Amino acid sequence: MELRPFIDYFSLRRLIYRFVTWMPLRWMTLAMLLLLTGMLALAQAFLNPYYLSIIEFIGIYIILTVSLNLTNGFTGLFSLGHPGFMAIGAYVATLLTFPVARKPLMLPNLPAWLAHIEIPFLPALITGGIAASIAAVVIGFPVLRLRGHYLALATLGFIIIMSNLITNLRDITRGPLGINGIPAATTIWLVFGWAVITVYVCWRILNSSFGRALLAIREDEVAASVMGIHLTKYKLFAFVTGAFFAGIAGGLWAHLVTAITPRTFWVPMAFNLVVMVVIGGSGSITGAIIGAAVMSVLAELLRPIETTLGLYGLIQLITATILIVILIYRPEGIMGHNELNLAALVKVRSFGVSRSPSAPEDAKEGENRRRT
Amino acid sequence: MKEKPTFLQPILELRDVHFYYGGVHALKGISLALHPGEIVTVIGANGAGKSTTLRLISGLLKPRSGKVIYSGSDITGLEPEKVAALGISHCPEGRQVFGRLTVIQNLLIGAYLQKNRNEIQRELDRVFDIFPVLKERRRQYAGTLSGGEQEMLALGRALMSRPRLLLLDEPSLGLAPMMVEAIFSTIASINKEGTTILLVEQNASMALEVAHRGYVMETGQVLLEGDSVQLLANDGVKRAYLGG
Repeated sequence: MELRPFIDYFSLRRLIYRFVTWMPLRWMTLAMLLLLTGMLALAQAFLNPYYLSIIEFIGIYIILTVSLNLTNGFTGLFSLGHPGFMAIGAYVATLLTFPVARKPLMLPNLPAWLAHIEIPFLPALITGGIAASIAAVVIGFPVLRLRGHYLALATLGFIIIMSNLITNLRDITRGPLGINGIPAATTIWLVFGWAVITVYVCWRILNSSFGRALLAIREDEVAASVMGIHLTKYKLFAFVTGAFFAGIAGGLWAHLVTAITPRTFWVPMAFNLVVMVVIGGSGSITGAIIGAAVMSVLAELLRPIETTLGLYGLIQLITATILIVILIYRPEGIMGHNELNLAALVKVRSFGVSRSPSAPEDAKEGENRRRT
Repeated sequence: MKEKPTFLQPILELRDVHFYYGGVHALKGISLALHPGEIVTVIGANGAGKSTTLRLISGLLKPRSGKVIYSGSDITGLEPEKVAALGISHCPEGRQVFGRLTVIQNLLIGAYLQKNRNEIQRELDRVFDIFPVLKERRRQYAGTLSGGEQEMLALGRALMSRPRLLLLDEPSLGLAPMMVEAIFSTIASINKEGTTILLVEQNASMALEVAHRGYVMETGQVLLEGDSVQLLANDGVKRAYLGG
């Protein structure tokens, strides 16, 4: 005879399922935000700076992958250009927040107007993001005519151009030496505040007619254009929005690490970001978040092993292996094109509750299909 | 007997349109006219230039010379999204539904130009009335539908924008005979509700049965034109396209 637990397993699941499906999306989001806030507060209170910085990096990677997904996942534009935009955001924000008193020492040849500027972090960050999106507009017009591999190569070229530009503009960037002693202004709240904004913005885009237009472009450009969708406009929009958040992430990065060089935002960074998006599932916001978190945690777990064994490069080796395994066995990534759905998560494994909740109004349904 | 609607000004007119694919002279001076309320079919063999003609109308291709006139205004060389905004809906060859999106998302993209929610809901209801199977499958990915269902979805998507002129490119392509019947009777009923239709088909007998008039194309030229009854009776057409 089987033992009967006090609350049997399936009715517990049913209870959770009921609860999760009953709860309106708005409340659920609020609950999640509160949970996140609580966890971050705990982290800040109890964790040492090393662990705290790992969490901050995860947040920055979430901003990066979710915004990269806007082009790579939703619009089907395979861009590698994110590090280039990060570099712009990082350098612009750094030049604006760097203390005026120390500027002559670090950057003696700075143009006068830049040498006398020092503004708070947040406006500097936003200026960096805006600068990155302006760059995206400029390079977007020629580059977005390309597709597939050609676009990937052109955006790769953009990273290299940016890096060379920074290396050679010694007067304002200090060239290959990079800038250090940047104020450590990045806090966990700022990082996750921006991560939440990024996710929210991408979510809203995705669940609007605007987002459907992006998806249509990904699926079939010809069919999309005869539906009345202006291809260039939408591609540019996705590219520029992604670049803005990459610029923000770059600024946060610079003020977290407090030192930047042209090589910080280099090709391996592009590779890392693409791996995170692919592993998480291109075409899914929650997938991008999962990819970012899993890969950054993994890298940190492997780092001590790498150092003690003296096997430098182990992290890259394992990352590449994971990528290959994922591409073979689950090419659409962990989440594929779906979003993490708590209701479905509980429902999948419980039978007896196959009754689907009553269908809402149709036009609305398309909007709310992707529920958390 | 089908009754011919009375015509005023043509809704669409092609005047001596030439088009080249690289060095190949694909369209050698096509002229045709559609009147409001008509179904006009363009029949012809593979490579006659039928699909090219449709792409020229919807702006996917630009003619080398000649004019495309829609409701009295010149739309030659206009961008596809602008042509769509004028009320011309192109249902491309091979269906081209958005495979990794759900049926409902496909339909909503069809209504992309319509921003009013109630209008969209009304169109959605209308499409679901015409194709009840799409309603059943509305949450399914379009790529998982059968060929016939995908064709219905493509048609439904084209209808979502409430077009004045519907361009259909080989809707019977690769479908089972019963499905072809169903699609063609739907096309006829869409037309009865007031949509002008330009129908490109290889299935000449079916096309001429639903159409009011027809053009026969061969190697980039219009060979014959006339009432579908006349064309159906024409010996040349019979021999070449109707298997008799």
